[in-house]
Amino acid sequence: MKMALMIQLRLLLPEVVVAIGAVCLLLVGLFLKDSYERLVRLAMAILMSALFLLIAFPSHGMVFGDALIIDAFSDFMKILVLGGTVIVLLISINFLRVKKIDRFEFPVLILFATLGMMFMISAGNMLSLYLGIELQSLALYVLAAIDRDDLRATEAGVKYFVLGALSSGLLLYGISLIYGYTGSIGFSEISNIFSRGTLQVGVIFGMVFVLAALAFKISAVPFHMWTPDVYEGAPTPVTAFFATAPKVAAISLITRLVIRVFASERVTIMLPAWQQIVIFIGLGSMIVGAFSGIGQRNIKRLMAYSSISHMGYALVGLSSGTLMGVQSVIIYMLIYMSMTLGLFSLILAMKNPDGYMEKIDDLSGLARTDPFLALIVTLLLFSFASIPFLAGFFAKWYTFGAAVGEGFFPLVLCGMLASVISVFYYLRIVSLIWFNKERCLLLPISSELRFVLIVSGIFVSCYVFFGVWIMPLAEKAARSLF
Amino acid sequence: MLEGPVSVFFYLFSSMMIASAIMVVISRIPVHSVLFLILTFLSAAILFLLAGAEFLAMILLLVYVGAVAVLFLFVVMMLDVNISHLKRTALQLQCHWFAFLIGVIVLIEMISVFISSHFCRPSVILFPMPDMALRSNTQALGDFLYTDYVFYFQVSGLILLLAMIGAIVLTLRHRIGPRRQVIARQVARTPETAIEVKKVESNKGI
Repeated sequence: MKMALMIQLRLLLPEVVVAIGAVCLLLVGLFLKDSYERLVRLAMAILMSALFLLIAFPSHGMVFGDALIIDAFSDFMKILVLGGTVIVLLISINFLRVKKIDRFEFPVLILFATLGMMFMISAGNMLSLYLGIELQSLALYVLAAIDRDDLRATEAGVKYFVLGALSSGLLLYGISLIYGYTGSIGFSEISNIFSRGTLQVGVIFGMVFVLAALAFKISAVPFHMWTPDVYEGAPTPVTAFFATAPKVAAISLITRLVIRVFASERVTIMLPAWQQIVIFIGLGSMIVGAFSGIGQRNIKRLMAYSSISHMGYALVGLSSGTLMGVQSVIIYMLIYMSMTLGLFSLILAMKNPDGYMEKIDDLSGLARTDPFLALIVTLLLFSFASIPFLAGFFAKWYTFGAAVGEGFFPLVLCGMLASVISVFYYLRIVSLIWFNKERCLLLPISSELRFVLIVSGIFVSCYVFFGVWIMPLAEKAARSLF
Repeated sequence: MLEGPVSVFFYLFSSMMIASAIMVVISRIPVHSVLFLILTFLSAAILFLLAGAEFLAMILLLVYVGAVAVLFLFVVMMLDVNISHLKRTALQLQCHWFAFLIGVIVLIEMISVFISSHFCRPSVILFPMPDMALRSNTQALGDFLYTDYVFYFQVSGLILLLAMIGAIVLTLRHRIGPRRQVIARQVARTPETAIEVKKVESNKGI
């Protein structure tokens, strides 16, 4: 028994490191209140050591019965989440110090949120799924409102909290329906019931509720209403965090749930129920994200709509339900995260002596003041607009390819049209940067922001070369779900 | 299935629970709503007792009646919410039609789920193992909570810790104004640091 526990803890080592690290950081933080930067570096070190454990000693299996599944898929997604979180912590330091919200709880909350995401990614039954989501969201609610003297940040926190609580309610209701009609909470047992024949209406309703609650977490239409307000109100590094790691975690949770559980449904005439839902929310997200982004003046709001539409494209890949589809989702999330982190570094660099700016017009004439920065930003925006041979193009290529493989031509056509529409608002920023007169001088950009921008610029422009190396890894990760 | 006095109590308390739940929603005075909420929790606890789950019944009483409902009562009494004003603004927003629509949709959904379900015959109903007469459910819960479910237990603990941190982050303010007594500094004072000796010459001020 003791040996078995040791083996299980060995599988769970990255999570254990993050959990113990978070608790210890809380304790250390009390004594090192004034050296905030050192604490953030400590948090980064904890995350890096978990990252190192994941990369250097991958081990696969089930932990605590079927509570957590550690496989190639969970490893890949956890690496994405941990990497994204480290970068968010890196770019947050200066902003928080200037805004005077550099409290030692910030890295602790980020660590707890990351722990929740790691549980979400490898959840193996409904109970660990729920606990993972709660651990993650509770930390995120507090992070949204951490600038508590700012009215908009407080509003963002309250809004996020209320809607998050609502989505938790939906999730629990759905889980209770599924449990009531299948008699178990483990993914594999539920999947057995699904494959056994026609489903009862109760199970279908339960599935709809669970997927709706998870759509809240990735802000897919029609559950996207909170996104623009929360993204605009929350402090920029927190928004950068919201837009990257939690989305990766929630998308991988949806992927695992759909592929491992819901996709075993037997159907004869119509599409299976999960596919109808995923296609519907994917289509809605692409279209709403593309149209609503047009009128935006605030760059954080624009990023919110951009993230809504990108979740739609990822769901298009998932809707195929094939190995290629899952692989495309994994690659999409990787590319989406690297582009988004780059663009948020730009937003954090938009600072003049009066403070931080959030208007898109403030970027006017950036090419005259800082041509190098302007070049990288242009590359990133081109990639967002999926101009050929940049990373964003390949991301959409794979997801649309997976959907075409299953014969979803109308869906792919709508996706392409939405993509063309959204090109408008990305290219408008590019034209502002290169062809308008400069509005105000930006302060020189700090070295860590420059570093993140350069790395993401290189990744985005040279994805052709990185792709050769990433594709087999993503395929291995996707294969472990089937 | 239910026979004898148990069924009488079951129907009594479940109808009481439904009635008080309706009163929570329609009662005009917030304090009354909270009191009816407590009645709902109590009836639910008694239903748990009838089902043989005495631990859940006690937990429900302790947590919901003892803590949550009393907290509600405090908040409602201290906040002095102007309900008539709230009602007027709600009517202006015309939200109630939308809420009504959603409620009807959920009701239709529940009915359709209920109608379409296949119910098991009483002979196939599963019974707990080992028999509840042999082992109390408190003991059974204790056996599982710290062995098979230790992971969920620990994660719940982390969530509670996080809730505590969050509450402190969002509300604790160190006020700068008030002067606090620092006993160590008082004790450490010596005549050299505390007293300044001035020689005052006669017929002159300082």
